[in-house]
Amino acid sequence: MDVAIIDYKMSNLFSVQAACRKVGISSVITSDKNEILNAKIAILPGVGAFGEAMKYLLNSKLDDCIYRFVDSGKPFIGICLGLQLLFESSEEFGSHKGLGLIKGTVKKFQFIENQSVRYPVPQISWNKIRQNGTSWDQTLLCNNHDNDFMYFIHSYYVEPEVKSVVLSKTIYGDKEYCSSIQYHNIFASQFHPEKSGPVGMKIYEELKNKLTN
Amino acid sequence: MKFIRIIPRLDIKGPNLVKGIHLEGLRVLGKPEDFARLYYEQGADELIYQDTVASLYQRNNLTEVVTRTAENLFIPLTVGGGVRTLNDINDVLRAGADKVSINTAAINNPFLINKASRAFGSSTIVVNIEAIRQPNGSYLAYTDNGREYTGVKVLDWAREVEERGAGEILLTSIDKEGTGNGFDMELIRMISGVVTIPIIAHGGAANVSHIVESISAAGADAVAIASMLHYSALNRNGSLVGKYEEEGNTEFLKKNSSFKVFGKENLLEIKDQLKKHNILSRVLKKKWM
Repeated sequence: MDVAIIDYKMSNLFSVQAACRKVGISSVITSDKNEILNAKIAILPGVGAFGEAMKYLLNSKLDDCIYRFVDSGKPFIGICLGLQLLFESSEEFGSHKGLGLIKGTVKKFQFIENQSVRYPVPQISWNKIRQNGTSWDQTLLCNNHDNDFMYFIHSYYVEPEVKSVVLSKTIYGDKEYCSSIQYHNIFASQFHPEKSGPVGMKIYEELKNKLTN
Repeated sequence: MKFIRIIPRLDIKGPNLVKGIHLEGLRVLGKPEDFARLYYEQGADELIYQDTVASLYQRNNLTEVVTRTAENLFIPLTVGGGVRTLNDINDVLRAGADKVSINTAAINNPFLINKASRAFGSSTIVVNIEAIRQPNGSYLAYTDNGREYTGVKVLDWAREVEERGAGEILLTSIDKEGTGNGFDMELIRMISGVVTIPIIAHGGAANVSHIVESISAAGADAVAIASMLHYSALNRNGSLVGKYEEEGNTEFLKKNSSFKVFGKENLLEIKDQLKKHNILSRVLKKKWM
């Protein structure tokens, strides 16, 4: 199997699988550890609450499976909540510990009104991803361009401690935040590539390239 | 810099795309998937599918259309109509929807909003508020496509749905819906002044100026538009015409009448004109057109 989409009962997994199918990648939605570890690529998607998601990962021991997969050096991808879970902690409803694969925290957007323009929370919007001094070559964004529009739907954003992991930044209201990261074999994005039309689908097409080469 | 969303809304009855006035008197226009694909190719920011009869007959027959759409169009899809329970929400999401909109069930059982947003994430739960302006100038929320009186005040209800965890409000003016007389500015302004979640303004758009004012003068974060796009699409895309199942009121299409009040612009042109008014939204790169 090319891709294991990690099922932790909290996500719209359908769209990730549909995107894989569209570009000719075989995928399985699974919480079976062997199936995940045997896949060539693992995707941790996610919609929902950080605390609930972590609780499920810990109770089902999927956290351990994720650590082993990442250690194997194979490509590991996080989407939306799947990006946030990689960090050390989140301030959502108190404080929650995350997987801690990437140093940093998860913070909440504050609603602001700026010159009578509202910036509601959650941000539900198409927004631009901007380069952050690091090259996108060799990453899943290699076919994308500075200022490409991607689809965002989130109330929380990540704040990595080490800035070199930041692959792209995005501005919402008065906040410039990290919208995707690359750390060794981990690529993760706050936006939803599978919901970002043809521009987002380039990321899945690149995933397909990685599998064939 | 803020980017607003233009969301084609497709009212669906059985196998057909329909459109009415004040959510009544539904006319058959064509096949929902054909229109959805056209809007996707023209840069729609999201899509809304509303099952117009499910809420009345307590059934949901939309799942096949949802699945076929989600398999092929990679933008967010909100589905509503007849969604009553957590199981219904789960079914709609499993079929491929990204968000679910609820109205009748939320008003009858407000705790559903709390439970649903906890189970599926706030951002998945859209509450649709169907507002009717009262003679004294206040607004009341109705259910079942504006048919059922509830006595619930729209202002209080909007605050409450946010507090209960809704991720977004689809704010429908029943008075304006389908008329092309422009959005209910006062309604939108009232709600955008009290909630901090996004508001999708719906009901009344006939031209670009209507969209401009709903955003710059009333504070909408997104607009849901239907007639304006559908009639323009039918006029300009011959391939969409004549494709419908014989079910419901098809007289309108057979007579080939068109609504003069609605603008002729397609989505690309609408977004282009919005830009001239400093209203920004996602634009498609030329090569994808």
